[in-house]
Amino acid sequence: MNAPAPMPVIAAALELRAVRKSFGVTEIIRGVDLAITKGERHAVIGPNGAGKSTLFNLISGRFGVSTGAILLNGGDLAGLKPFEINRKGLARSFQITNIFANLSVFENIRCAVLYPLGYKYSFWKALSTLKDANLRADEILELIGLKKRRDVKAGLLTYAEQRALEIGITIAGGAEVILLDEPTAGMSRSESDQAVELIRKVTVGKTLVMVEHDMSVVFSLADRISVLVYGEVIATDVPEKIRGNAAVQEAYLGTSLAEGAH
Amino acid sequence: MAQGAQKIVFRPLNLARCIIWSGFALLLLVLPLFFNKGFALTLMCQIGTIMIFSLSFNMLLGQSGMLSLGHAVYSGLGAYFAIHMLNLIGKGWLFPVSLLPLVGGLAGALFGVLFGYVTTKKSGTPFAMITLGIGELVFAMSLMFPEFFGGEGGVSSNRIAGEPLFGFITFGPQIQVYYLVAVWLFICTAAMYAFTHTPLGRIANAVRDNPERVEFIGYETQRVRYLVLIISGFFAGIAGGLGAINFEIVSSENVSAIRSGTVLLFTFIGGVPFFFGPMIGAVIFGFFIVVLATITKAWLLYLGLFFVMMVMYCPGGIATLIMMQFPIVKAGRFREIFPSYCLAVAAGLTLLAALVFAVEMIYHLSLEAAAGTTKAFFGYDVEVASATPWLGVALLSGIGAVLFVAARRGISTHWDRIMGDIIRSQTA
Amino acid sequence: MEFFLISLLNGVSYGLLLFMLSSGLTLIFSMMGVLNFAHASFYMLGAYFAYQISVKFGFWPALLMAPLVVGVLGALVERFMLRRVHKFGHVPELLLTFGLAYLIEEFVHLIWGRSSLDYKVPTEMDGPLFTLYTTTFPMYRGFMMLVAVLMLLAIFLVLTRTRIGLVIQASLTHPDTVEALGHNVPRVFMLVFGGGCALAGLAGVIGGNAFVTEPGMAAAVGSIVFVVAVVGGMGSLAGAFVASLLIGVIQTFAVAMDYSFVTLLKSAGFVITPDTFLYSLWKLTIAQTAPILPYLFLVLILIFRPRGLMGTREG
Repeated sequence: MNAPAPMPVIAAALELRAVRKSFGVTEIIRGVDLAITKGERHAVIGPNGAGKSTLFNLISGRFGVSTGAILLNGGDLAGLKPFEINRKGLARSFQITNIFANLSVFENIRCAVLYPLGYKYSFWKALSTLKDANLRADEILELIGLKKRRDVKAGLLTYAEQRALEIGITIAGGAEVILLDEPTAGMSRSESDQAVELIRKVTVGKTLVMVEHDMSVVFSLADRISVLVYGEVIATDVPEKIRGNAAVQEAYLGTSLAEGAH
Repeated sequence: MAQGAQKIVFRPLNLARCIIWSGFALLLLVLPLFFNKGFALTLMCQIGTIMIFSLSFNMLLGQSGMLSLGHAVYSGLGAYFAIHMLNLIGKGWLFPVSLLPLVGGLAGALFGVLFGYVTTKKSGTPFAMITLGIGELVFAMSLMFPEFFGGEGGVSSNRIAGEPLFGFITFGPQIQVYYLVAVWLFICTAAMYAFTHTPLGRIANAVRDNPERVEFIGYETQRVRYLVLIISGFFAGIAGGLGAINFEIVSSENVSAIRSGTVLLFTFIGGVPFFFGPMIGAVIFGFFIVVLATITKAWLLYLGLFFVMMVMYCPGGIATLIMMQFPIVKAGRFREIFPSYCLAVAAGLTLLAALVFAVEMIYHLSLEAAAGTTKAFFGYDVEVASATPWLGVALLSGIGAVLFVAARRGISTHWDRIMGDIIRSQTA
Repeated sequence: MEFFLISLLNGVSYGLLLFMLSSGLTLIFSMMGVLNFAHASFYMLGAYFAYQISVKFGFWPALLMAPLVVGVLGALVERFMLRRVHKFGHVPELLLTFGLAYLIEEFVHLIWGRSSLDYKVPTEMDGPLFTLYTTTFPMYRGFMMLVAVLMLLAIFLVLTRTRIGLVIQASLTHPDTVEALGHNVPRVFMLVFGGGCALAGLAGVIGGNAFVTEPGMAAAVGSIVFVVAVVGGMGSLAGAFVASLLIGVIQTFAVAMDYSFVTLLKSAGFVITPDTFLYSLWKLTIAQTAPILPYLFLVLILIFRPRGLMGTREG
């Protein structure tokens, strides 16, 4: 073969190559290829049961892939546990609120900054003397608007506040790639508008991948959109093109697309 | 149930904390002035030891959500190593007796490294079962190797060994042992409290609340559990070493499932959600083991009932009951609810009396039947086989039940009203 | 050969008894997530009730009634105690059964005293079943095995042929889905807990007179049964069956073997004296190590196969 040497490509922040996942005989993810560039805000949409959450679970290491590869900044994530993937700079949030219910809001955030700041499993340092960790945790609280609720037990927060805390925990560690799983699920319109502002604010300069059902959120946030239907990506493009894509309309969007376009 | 457990205090040194800790030290210092009888001193030594043991146990249960059914392994093996060391000191080795608990602690940590590697692979219920298995394993082994474990009789020693500390402290008199326990108790309590304010200590709380999420903020939960178990084994070993000095004998009972079960029972009764809960549990332990066990053969039954009642009605333990009153006291409204509490106590005492009469009479019939059917209660002879005392029991239960219902209603209405007011005043 | 066959038979009959206990434990655990710490205590109650009933009415009514009484007791425990703490999570549930084990033992002390009971094998079964070479195999042992196998068959039929059985089976693998499908899960829980306790009670009825009926009998088998559940794989009935037989046979064989490293090395030409390093380890006979074998087995399984023999769930 004397084909010319491939051009040096800028490594994608996150890349999925022919990823498949089966549970028993059922194949949920049926060959997904996806490349997300650094700094991009990418939304994954699709009907219920399309495999969006499974895709997130594969990327974050909750499940292993059946075949195919997932690369973070060019490095293969095969066989890595969630905490190892997290240490490589990928953080995720959960669709069902997943916080430390008996710890205060501040403690929730502080837990998330400890490992990245290098305190790891230390049991010889007092938390109160860790200036950088405490400062960072307070900054994050300010950012997600929970400063007033700092010392409240996380389990006692309102739903919207818990969702904000969920995002706070996710971004607190300073990961470069952020995965948000339906961040506005179950929110009222005004709450989800605030959530969009929050997401925009906290993901500046970062790579964001989000699963979302709310089309207005998707179209106002995403640089590009991938449409996942029955475990396959049927289209990946900028929002305007997705809106006009006939296959997408037919497969999934229908009228809700028009609503989202307002 | 666990509210306020993790109230963080940002200032490293605050006044309240200073007062509490110096008060604790002062209390330890002056206690022997009031309880200076030999029996009371021994009891206080034992309670102090159990305090360290149960605090170390709660490092697992309350702080990391790990229910260990074999925690006596660490304190017991620590005790064995300490007592062998004590015997070596007696043979001329140069090592201060006052530092023996450290030997126990290191042994406890070492076995934490060994056994923890296996047990902390699991969490939740499987962890509990495996710790039970390891406990049985060690117990069975203690009977298999009499050279180290001393067989049925255990290993005994004499704590008056080596050079006296500061030239005059030989640890012969019990009061000297008391102060040794007190010093170690203070150090260990402070160290374990400090642990709760370190990165590992806090992440352990996070693992307790939500192990899955912890994996997604960069921590390996298995390693967190493993490290906490080793540290907990260290403090358990210290308790074991102190016990070895106090009793001058260590037997396979020290590593038995009974010991492991006891620490679980009393830690839980004391209150798992709060750091100091296990210390209350240790004091109650002193009451049950020493006071009640000398009065009645049925003390284990009472203990079991007490425990089951606590699990069902007050899973936060005594410590939680106390802490729940704080907001009310702070709002200055304790007086309103106090009569209902008195009523509850009266109901409890009446029901308790009925229970005690019934149990003691049945015991008398089944165990002391040969001694006739009369039983002495507080100086009165009661004819157990006749109907009259049983009618009395029924009557007492009836009165108790009525009082109980009334007290319960009173407490819940007062409680709801006061707490409602407090919450309204906070949000307003 | 004679030794081998007799030990195997004894091992299998002991293993089957273990299975009668561990099957109930496993059913309860996989359905409700509750590790019933008091399971062996219900076994003990089975034996004591059977004794009490057999004194009045004879063994055969006891065989029927005692498990029923124990089962009802179990159902009451579920209904009025466990269900109360269910909302607090699995650890309080475990603690409750832990306290219950304490209580039941003390209750037994209270009613029947602290010494062992004269609970005998019924006279019509008090003879040899057959003679193998020179050793006789008692008829009652055979009966034990028969009951265990019948019980196994009954569980199998109930689980595969009845509606409630199908619900239980579904709950073994997909507890959440079953609840979502709108089955009256609390009632199923009560039934399973009561049923599991009844099985333990049945084991007590036939184990109590085969071995000994005393207040320590619960503690004696209790932890072995937990080992069986973990080794077999938490929540796997088939695993519990295999593990029960395995542990029963291993322990029975070990108890009968008087070999140690000393004998082994002696046959290889080495002489070990009491002065040899770690002599106490070398001189241990296999029989002496019998009590720890199940636990060693447990540790090995956990290191090399954490799911257990046939388990599917990672604990």
